[in-house]
Order: sequence, then C-alpha cells, then structure tokens
Amino acid sequence: MTSYGSYRQVRLSPQRGAVSKALAKDSPLRKLDWILILAALVLSLGSALLVWSATRGRDNLTHGDPQYFLYRHLTNLVIGLALCAVVIGIGSRRFRTLVPFVYVAVMLMLVATLSPLGSTINGQHSWIQFGGGFSMQPAEFAKLAIVLGMAVILSARVDAGDREFPPDRSVFQGLVAATVPMAIVMLMPDAGSVMVMAVIVLGILLASGAANRWTFGLLLAGIGGCIAIWKLGVLSKYQIDRFAAFANPALDPSGVGYNTAQARIAIGSGGLTGKGLFHGTQTTGQFVPEQQTDFVFTVAGEELGFLGAAAILLLLGVVLWRACRIARHATDLYGTIVVAGVVAWFAFQAFENIGMCLGIMPVAGIPLPFVSYGGSSMFAVWVAIGLMQAVHSQRPIGV
Amino acid sequence: MSNIPETGRTRRVTIRLVVLQILVLSLLATLGGRLWYLQIRSASEYTAKATGNHIREVVEPAVRGEILDASGRILAANEARLVVSVSRTSLLQQKDGGKGVLGRLAEVLGMPAKDIQEKVRLCDAKTPQPCWNGSPYQPIPVTKEATTQQAMQIMERREDFPGVTAQPTAVRHYTGVEGANAAQVLGYLSPVTDEEVTKSADKTGRERYLPADQIGRAGLESVYDSDLRGTAGITSLEVDNLGRVIGTAGTVEAQPGNNLVTSIDARVQKVTEDNLLQAMADARKVLDKNTNRNYEADSGAAVVMDVHTGRIVAMASAPSYDPNLWQGGITGKDYQALTSKESNFPLLNRAIQGQSAPGSTFKVVSTAAAAQAGYSLTGNYPCPSSLTIGGREFKNYESQGYGSITLERALEVSCDTVFYGLAYDQWMKDGGIKPKKDPGDWFFKTAHQFGLGAKTGIDLPAEAPGRVPDRQWKQSFYDNNKDAWCRQAEKGGKEYSDLIAKENCVDGNVLRAGDAVNYAIGQGDTLVTPLQMARIYSALANGGTLYRPTIGKAVMSPGGELVREIAPHEDGKLPTEAKTLEYIDQATAGVVATGTAAWKFTGAGWPQGKIELHAKTGTAEVEGKQTTSYLTTYSRDYAIVMTISQGGTGSGGSGDAVRRIYQALYGVDDKGNVDTAKALLTKPQAELPKFGPDGTAIVKPAAYTYERPAFADPAQPTGSAAYWTAAGPALEPTRSTWNGSSGRGR
Repeated sequence: MTSYGSYRQVRLSPQRGAVSKALAKDSPLRKLDWILILAALVLSLGSALLVWSATRGRDNLTHGDPQYFLYRHLTNLVIGLALCAVVIGIGSRRFRTLVPFVYVAVMLMLVATLSPLGSTINGQHSWIQFGGGFSMQPAEFAKLAIVLGMAVILSARVDAGDREFPPDRSVFQGLVAATVPMAIVMLMPDAGSVMVMAVIVLGILLASGAANRWTFGLLLAGIGGCIAIWKLGVLSKYQIDRFAAFANPALDPSGVGYNTAQARIAIGSGGLTGKGLFHGTQTTGQFVPEQQTDFVFTVAGEELGFLGAAAILLLLGVVLWRACRIARHATDLYGTIVVAGVVAWFAFQAFENIGMCLGIMPVAGIPLPFVSYGGSSMFAVWVAIGLMQAVHSQRPIGV
Repeated sequence: MSNIPETGRTRRVTIRLVVLQILVLSLLATLGGRLWYLQIRSASEYTAKATGNHIREVVEPAVRGEILDASGRILAANEARLVVSVSRTSLLQQKDGGKGVLGRLAEVLGMPAKDIQEKVRLCDAKTPQPCWNGSPYQPIPVTKEATTQQAMQIMERREDFPGVTAQPTAVRHYTGVEGANAAQVLGYLSPVTDEEVTKSADKTGRERYLPADQIGRAGLESVYDSDLRGTAGITSLEVDNLGRVIGTAGTVEAQPGNNLVTSIDARVQKVTEDNLLQAMADARKVLDKNTNRNYEADSGAAVVMDVHTGRIVAMASAPSYDPNLWQGGITGKDYQALTSKESNFPLLNRAIQGQSAPGSTFKVVSTAAAAQAGYSLTGNYPCPSSLTIGGREFKNYESQGYGSITLERALEVSCDTVFYGLAYDQWMKDGGIKPKKDPGDWFFKTAHQFGLGAKTGIDLPAEAPGRVPDRQWKQSFYDNNKDAWCRQAEKGGKEYSDLIAKENCVDGNVLRAGDAVNYAIGQGDTLVTPLQMARIYSALANGGTLYRPTIGKAVMSPGGELVREIAPHEDGKLPTEAKTLEYIDQATAGVVATGTAAWKFTGAGWPQGKIELHAKTGTAEVEGKQTTSYLTTYSRDYAIVMTISQGGTGSGGSGDAVRRIYQALYGVDDKGNVDTAKALLTKPQAELPKFGPDGTAIVKPAAYTYERPAFADPAQPTGSAAYWTAAGPALEPTRSTWNGSSGRGR
C-alpha cells in the first residue's frame, strides 16, 4: 500500500535527495523489472528507425515530410510510456478494482466502432477517427480488457482463499467476458485480432489452473469451429485467399502472394549483415506493402540482416522471459493470470506477425508488439508492460 | 487482505506456467530457425530476386554487322527506319483491351485495323501467321515504314496512343548490290522466342539474347549470328514497385556487331543468278520428246567455286525470293507464299539442299574408281549400243554405239555401256549376288573418298548430305522397308510395283547387278548436291585437294580491323594418282572440245585454245519426271556447276548458261574474243577489301559496267518478280527403284 505513496513522492517531489531516494533499497523504482523495461524500450526506440526507413520515401503517406512517421512513432512511444507509468503508479491491487470500469469503457469504444462513428480501412470497420489525423483501433484495447476481465473473474474465488482453482462457474463467466468483445471484433470483421484474443483466452485458462477440460474443450471447439467456417463458407474470398497464399504465393501472385513473396525477398536478400539502414532496395523501392505496420519486420531483415532481425527476436525473447518470470513470482492468481495473458498475447502476435513476414504463417493484419507503427497498439502494449510491472512491484522483497 | 497467500500459485499453476514458457520459447526458436534459413542459407537466391525486382534494364540494341562481298560491297546492311511499335502490356490495361488505340493507330498509319490486330496477337498453336512470336512484354513493331508525319501525329497525341511508340530503328536491309539477290545464301532474321532467350542464358544466368532481339534464321545470318550480333548496351535503372526510376545502377555501352567479308562477288553472283534463270526460261521453250511437252524447269541451282580455296564466288538457287520481305516482320501472305508448294519453296537453298542423281557427271568418279580398281587407262573398252545384264537391257543414250573406245573417249561421248561393263565386272569380282566377305567395292569406296554421301561442311545451315547407295545403305534401307514390301507382296497383286515389292521383300538387301551398273553412271539411288559436285570438280582442277567449301572469308571489327580470318581448309586429297587426274583433265577438256558439251562451248565460239575449260555433262533420269540437267565444269580458277530439275540434258539445259558465266568471268564475247578489260573476275579475289578509317570498306569502282545479254522470257518478267517461278515439284526426285530409273547419260 505504501508503494503507491512513495512513488507519488518521487514523481511529484523532485526535490533535493530525490535521486538517492529513488535508488534506496525499498524504493519503488528498485522494485521494477528494469531488464523488461529496457528490452521493451530498446525495441520501441529501435523500431522508430525501421518505421522511419519504411516511410521516408512514401510521399503519399508522409505528406512530404520524411520524418513524419518517425516523430509520430516516437510520440506514440512517449504516450505509451506515460500510460505505463500511470498504471504502475495505480498499482496492481487498486487497478484490480478499476477493471470493471476499464472493461465497460473498452466495450463502449468497440460498440462505437461498429456505429457510424467508426470508419473503414482496408475492408475492416475497426477504426475510430478523430480530427487531425488521429485515429484509434479499439480492438487493441479489447485485448487488454479480456486479459483484465478474465483475470478478475477467474482469480476472485482463489485469491479470496475459497478455492484452490477457479470453479467452473467462474471459468464460464470469464469466457463470457471474453466472448463479448471477440464477437464485436469479429463483426468488424477483424479475424486476426479475434485469433489473438482466442490465444489469450487459452493462455489465461492454462495459467489460471482451470480444469483441463476447459482448455482442451475450447481447443477442440476452436478446431471444430475452423472446420465449420471452412465448410460453411463464412469467410469472404479475400480472407481465404490471404490464408492460403502464404504457403504458396503462386495461388495469388498479384495479391497476397505478391506481398508475402516480396516480404520474403526483402528478408532473404538481407543476408547476414543486411544492406544498411535506408539502403534496402526492397524497402526504398516500396515493394513490400504496409511496411511500417504489419510488415515492419522486413525492414529489419533487409537493412539490418540476420543480426538485426535476430536481435529483435532476442529482445522479444527477453520481454517474454521476464514476463514469465513475473508470472511465476506473482503474489496472487490475479497477477499471474494478467501476466500470463499478456505473455500469450505478445508471444502469439510476435509469432504470427514475424511468421507472416517469413512466410510460415498466413497473412493477417496484426502488429508486431513494440515495433509496428500504430498508436493503439503501442499504447496497449505499454499499458500491458505497466500492468506486469505493477504485479512485479508487489512481490516480496528479494524475489 | 491479510488472507492473501504469499504467492498466487499452486503447483498446478506453476507447472502450467512452465509449459507456457516452453511454448513461447519454442515459437521464438521456430522463428529464429526460419530466419536463419531465409537469410543465411537462401541469401543468394533472394539477393538475385531482389536485384531482379528493383533493377530494370533499358536495352539499346547493338547495330548488327554488315555482310560484304569479296570486294567490300555491302550485301546486307542496316537502314534507319521509323518503326511504330505497340506494347501489349499497355493495350491490355485499356478498358477495351486496346481496340480503340489500335483503331486510331490504323487510321493514322492508313492500314486496315485488322492487320494491326493480327500483328500484335501472340503466336500459338492455333494462331496462324501473322502473329507475334517474340516476348509478350516487348513492344511489337506494327510498321517499319512510318513517315515522319505519322510519327509526329502519334507522339503529339500521346494520350490517344498509350503504349504506342514511334522511333527510328536500325532495320536489316538486303541491298541487292549490283543486282545480286543471294537470298538463300544471306538468310534472314526473325524475332527471338522466349524459349530461345531463356536457353541463351550462361552459367551466371545472364541471357545472351534480349527479348527484342532478332536472330539469324537461315544462311550466313544464322551461321555467323554470334559475330554479327554485337553486344547490346544496357542501362540498369533502379526502380520502385510502380516502376518509377529512382536511380541508375550502371551503364554498359552497346558494341556494334562485327562485319563479315564473304568470298561472294556480287557481280558474278548476279551473272550466275541471271543465267540460271535464263537457262530455266530457255528450257521451258524446249520440247521434251519423252513426255511430249515442254521442259518444266521447276527449279535449279548454280555454284561458282574458287578451285584453289574452296571458297564460293557465287551461289544461286531458283526459285528465289526478295529477302527484304522479312524486314519488319513478314506478312502472313508473304510467309504463306514463301512456304507454299505453289511457289516451290524458294527458301530452300538448292545448291546445298537440293539432292538429285548426278547422272553422267558422276563418271569422273567412276573413272577414278576404275583406275583404282586396276583397269588400264590406255586400254580399249567396248561401247555397244546396249548391254544385257541380269536379264535386263541397259541402253546407251539414244542407243548409240561407238565400238571399242578408251575411257577418255567414253567420258567425252558419255558412253554408258563402257561403265556398265566395268561396274558389272567389278560386281562379279566382288562375288555377284553372293558377295565376298570383304568386297573391293571400288566404285563406292571412291565415291566416299570424293566426299559424296556426307556434308561438305560449308558455313551454311541445313546442308543435305546426299547419298552413296552402297551395300550398307542398301541393307539399312531394306531393314527400314522390308515390312512394307513384304506386306504389299503378300497381297499377291500382279502390278509391276507388286512384283518389285515381292522381289525386294525376298532379297532387297542384296546389291544386284542392276544396282551396281546403274550407280556407275550416277543413276539409281545416288544423290548429290550441286555443292558436292563443285567441290569434286574443284579438286580435279587443283590437282586433287578437297577443300571445305566456305563463304565467310573474314570477320572484321566495326572499325575495319581483322578479327578473324576464315582460312581455306583442306579436308583431304582425292585418292586418285596424278596421272589419272591428268587423264581425266584431258578427257573433260575433250568434252568441251569435241564431246557432249562441244556444241555449247567450242561450237558456240568458246576460245578453248586461249582459256581451257573442262566439263562433264549429265542427264539424270527421274522416274515420273523429266530429266535433270547437270553440267559440271572447271577452268584453271573456277569450278562451275549448274543443275536444273526437269531441265533437259546436261549440255542442252545448262550449257549456254554456264558458258555465259565463264564469258563474263574472263571477258569473252560471243565470237570468242578475249578482252580482259571486260572480265568480271579473271581470278578469284584473294585479298580482303581495304577499309577506311570509319570502318567502311573502300570499294574500287568497277572498271567497266558489265552488260549482261538481254534477258528474254516473255513469261518471266525481269526483276525480283522473276524469281517467283511457277509451280512444280521439288528438286529432289522421288526415290525410284533401280529397275525404274535405268539411266542413260550423255
């Protein structure tokens, strides 16, 4: 409880002695997982260069200012860091009490997206446009809402000491809480985000200690659902094309196949050390589409080579490793579930996004955490970092 | 909140968290492995793809080298033409598939829209000419004869003509210098196909041909394509995904192709062509007593060879065509005409592809064979009017007998029965119908040694090898046809051909007496090309050396420097002793002086005392057709061979024409006066032409203008149209059984 107060002092009383206080053994700053923060920060800062390289020649997007996306990306990062700090400041336990409000707010945003307030980009009605070129993709926050909502519901009886594991009733309620936003996002339609959410739900069920039948039942239901969707032709043609062409670009050589082929050429031609920042021929020639967002990894692959691309994998690995560590040491099931949900989220999104660039996963419009350009994603992942740090901060000293 | 456990984890949760962690790490490891595979293992493959992606090569085609005659006159040149091309890619982007653009273009160019549409469609199995057989991404030339005004109209209204360009372009032009046609010798160009472009790639994947290239398809253009081609200039531009240029990666200047100097003399070529056509026209006015209609003279060929080098001074084939028809893509109508039976296949070079029996011109080979077999050159041999061999009667030409005569006289008067007798004698010595194990076969052996039955190796494509019908051939022919013969025989028909089939079915592989004697006078299944005969008679003239015939003499750089000389190549010596050669020399001179060719040479004013000519006439019989006229001759410097299918006798069909060629070469007038000032070429041009500093050949002005005798044939107007001779079967005779083509030579 006191951590909140002292943190406040540090933040709001930058007087003499603040530095020594910040470095003191019981200082809240010392309780943060700095390796995690540093890895995420390096990823986010480094990605600014990649986003810059990918966009500085795209006059139709930058309105003639080559640094437009660099500044926007850095601005997003700063806002994300601020949100992270706020979340840490609120603290895990207090945030837990705020979860219902967060959840409802996100649901309202999602509904607003479907209403005439939302707008359509690339065939998905998943954006809310503000004036001045600002826009928001509420589906990113929905991932947070699912993590938090399920964590609160599943952990309630366990953290209260009533049960050892979440009872079926809680699991069911948690699944309902997850299904509502997933259903709305599916209507947009944003199948990619729904896929991520499904994986988050699975990760949470796994980490919560819920009975195995839930996890496996859900997996079977998911597989059955996929088969049903395939057979019943629910997906539109472009979605099926996109899905199929990743494995065989020849299926759709001018569309999705072209994108994945160009992405692979960009990465493959980078070799060990890459062509040098700003010197990628695939990047400067704009052969890879959506290169600052979905395909940002190809910039690293082409211009920084295997060393640069592997460094991104390594940094993501550090983030996930530290997150798993936090999950294991969390003082309550709520904390464990929140962090495990975030781990599932980050891991799957990274695997899907990079796998798509490498041609081993189907194409889906999913951003690479910390790296892809995009405010909503950047805010969401840094809020997630904040949540994990808050969980980490309340661990016993010495862990 | 005091009841909150120290940690929120039970054992189950801990295990599951470990599982989650392992899952996460394995996902990352998968990505790492795939990354390694793409970036380290497959890096070179993707690097190549990336280069291909962002580098666009703008190609400036190399100017093709010229083909020159021996004095440096240009036979094949390049002309700047305004070429209007259409890009299919742009057309297909139009809403109407480009119909509107092509329609407007047709209006500007004054061509029917249908013509343009046909020109830009792609060739495939179902599409008849005209169509485009080059790369679909390459601009397709629609016309190469646009006027400046038309080009301006197109370039000023660019929005009306998307994908249409009008540019000056170098176009192959066959000059017809000095009136020489030489279409089959020069060959032609046509666009390269995609397949050829792909095939031309070297080890590094660099393609030697460009999609816009034309390549030599026939004649010298084909054989010397790599010399003439040059190297295209390439500017490598860096482009983005929309093809917008964002930089230049490098430039390679175009290297013009080398020039080819040939041994052809344009003026002699013209004389040869004219006289061949004249001879054919004349033959059509002569009544063939055997068929009781005029000779058809459907096709013919003539070769003038330098006897000391084997170089070709002139080579004519009739019917011929205008090689400029290929310029700018041949029209469908023209292509059909060139490949139809109606036109009698003018693309064929009958001097190297036309095979026929040589008739009595073969007797020089038989004489040499007899000498090798040990028959006395001074002895006398009976020349009755006919001989009965194997129950069949073999007659002399017009059933004339000369009593007992020497081989020399037998050559002069072309006595068949003398050679029948010799061949029969040899055949008997070799075991007759039951051949010895190791027969002498002198007549066949000698023919092979004279280079018959094999390609001469001339620097022209698709040469025919001819055929020596020896025992081996007889056997292989039998093996291939036995079944058919036996099937026909089984039907038990009583027709003549049924009886032959029955006989052939039983022992068609055996060389019979009739085969042997017929072969000795150049009949039966013997096939030769005019070039093979020219090579043999050259060897007789030069003392026995068989040269490999050549037309290319030297490859010169565009600057006029020698790149490569194509030196005469000795393929071997005739197997004949010097005294036998002298003997034949004398006999063939006798043919001109007092023999079968005398009426067309000494009898027509040829000054044999001043310029000695040697000749042998041949009249080959072909079943179902009129006789083939064959005349093989040589002087000290030249061998001239002319043959006309269905053209009458050797001397009657070709005598005047060959004499007139010699007259032109040596400056002899019709009365036999020699004026070397009026000679076209008393000796073959030995030196290469001189080249000026700009790389163009310096052509010495001719000392006088050759006046060719008036060309007279009402049915065949002069000029290029004269080459379009009337229909008639191809030169090669249909194969006939020996029974059917018992030959009579003269």
